[in-house]
Amino acid sequence: MTPATLSLALSKRQGWLFWPTLSLLALMAALVIFLIVAFLLREGSPLFAQGGIARFFTDDGWWPLEASFNMTPMLLASLYLTMGALFVATPLGVAIALVTTFKAPARLAQLLRNLVELSAAIPTVVYGLWGVTSIVPILNMWSPPGASLLAGILVVALMIIPTITILTQSALQTVPQAYIQGSAALGVSSSQTLLRVVIPASSQGIFSAMVLGAARAIGETMVVLMVCGNIVQVPTSLFDPVRTLTANIALEMPYAMGDHRASLFVAGLVMLLLVSALVALGEWASMRQRRMAP
Amino acid sequence: MKQALTRELDYRDLAWTGLMYALTLAAFAMLLWPLFTVFSNGLQVLSWEFLLASPANAGRSGGIAPILASTLAIVLTSLAAALPLAFSVAVMLTEGFDPEGWAARMLRCSLDILSGIPSVVFGLFGLSFFCRQLGLGYSILAGGLTLACMILPTLARSMAFSLESAASAHRAGGTALGLSRQSVLWHVLVPVALPGICAGIVLALTRGLAETAVLLFTSGYSDRMPESLLDSGRSISVHIYDLSTNVPGGSPNAYGSALALLLLLAMLSFSVHAITRWMQRRMTGTTTRSH
Repeated sequence: MTPATLSLALSKRQGWLFWPTLSLLALMAALVIFLIVAFLLREGSPLFAQGGIARFFTDDGWWPLEASFNMTPMLLASLYLTMGALFVATPLGVAIALVTTFKAPARLAQLLRNLVELSAAIPTVVYGLWGVTSIVPILNMWSPPGASLLAGILVVALMIIPTITILTQSALQTVPQAYIQGSAALGVSSSQTLLRVVIPASSQGIFSAMVLGAARAIGETMVVLMVCGNIVQVPTSLFDPVRTLTANIALEMPYAMGDHRASLFVAGLVMLLLVSALVALGEWASMRQRRMAP
Repeated sequence: MKQALTRELDYRDLAWTGLMYALTLAAFAMLLWPLFTVFSNGLQVLSWEFLLASPANAGRSGGIAPILASTLAIVLTSLAAALPLAFSVAVMLTEGFDPEGWAARMLRCSLDILSGIPSVVFGLFGLSFFCRQLGLGYSILAGGLTLACMILPTLARSMAFSLESAASAHRAGGTALGLSRQSVLWHVLVPVALPGICAGIVLALTRGLAETAVLLFTSGYSDRMPESLLDSGRSISVHIYDLSTNVPGGSPNAYGSALALLLLLAMLSFSVHAITRWMQRRMTGTTTRSH
């Protein structure tokens, strides 16, 4: 049945039902997020009731079978991983965005942009597979065991380069042409114009790209699960194996019971809040950048 | 200024430009490395027999036929569940609610939050709601429904966007003919927006195919051919994860599966491009439609 005949049947016989049905379905879609938060809270509530949030920082360590739930090492691992990946990916992503927007000839720029979009479409598990079979053995020759914080940083950095590049490109496009022409008229060289005029003028947008990249990195599960070694510890060097909050959820969920299970749901809730805050911050900065556009 | 007039080389400019190109080159070398690895290792494994055989020896040998079937079942389930909701959201946002009213604001805000949630959190939710609360267990249905929650914002946004652009061009015309709002929607807006809606569906499909963390603990691990939606079924991305981390000696077949997944995604995105181009041609009116 085509939409047209379907609609005829609908409008002839029960047209009055149409808009209420659609509103109800839309309402259901809006409820999904509330349902998710409600279930995370409900499953995590046994832990909130006894001892509260403080336990996640003050317990002796992560020994969930002995009711000791200190998540600090995993939270730190997530933060280090995210900062490391940003540190590697930001210069590369911004450089690609500058070259494709201002430097490269049109055809080359288009080719590079397509390649970036292609990389953005590669599933994370494929990056993970490549990390396990290519990056980890190389790091293992350098400093065993290879599966480490550094391996995670490198693979996650690669994954967020497309995000940062695409968002930076759209920020660069909001810089008014007059700024660039004015700078050129003053005899400033093209790279100095980019560094001193274009980058400061698009700083909000680049910041937004970094924050949204960080949101992706901190929520990433499969890659860190596959290449980081999964040992719960505060890393003392880049070559130490670590376990992030997300990897911990994926690893222990299949067999966790009781309070242990509840602690994983609390970790999920923490991830949700953290990522939502980052996304809100990123969107706010990007809105401020867009206001510049002529 | 003097430099520009005498055309002397500006070494600082040259150095910065060189640095930018060097970083770009380095980034692309790194970005192409995984693709190269997948193709060079995957091509040795990928064949018709690989696609049509069942996995044997924990996936080290044999093929991926049941896994492709489970993947298809999971992704189609998620589409079937998410499509009516996403379509309703898109219609209510463009034609139903007052765009500045509280209902539209709340709807947009909830979808924005939903689209930022890390996939492992969807997995947690699916496990506790669909698998345990609704008693679906580890099944294709539970995995598909969880995935539906994840692709819902993508789907709703792309549909709302195409309906919106159709509405801005054609709504007034339909209303001028004295059609009801509902008739304008079905007979004018939906047909015009259909290619964009299709492109959005394919985009959501690619996101579903690529997803692993959601399905890891909702749709199960079984690598047998699924017989119903309540059977446990392993999606192709979970299969790649399992072969590369839990099965020693599984990486050749993991690469074969990864190449199959990439080719599938490539075919889907080519079809998006084809649809979009067809849509643009139709919008600009260089071809006429025949009924």
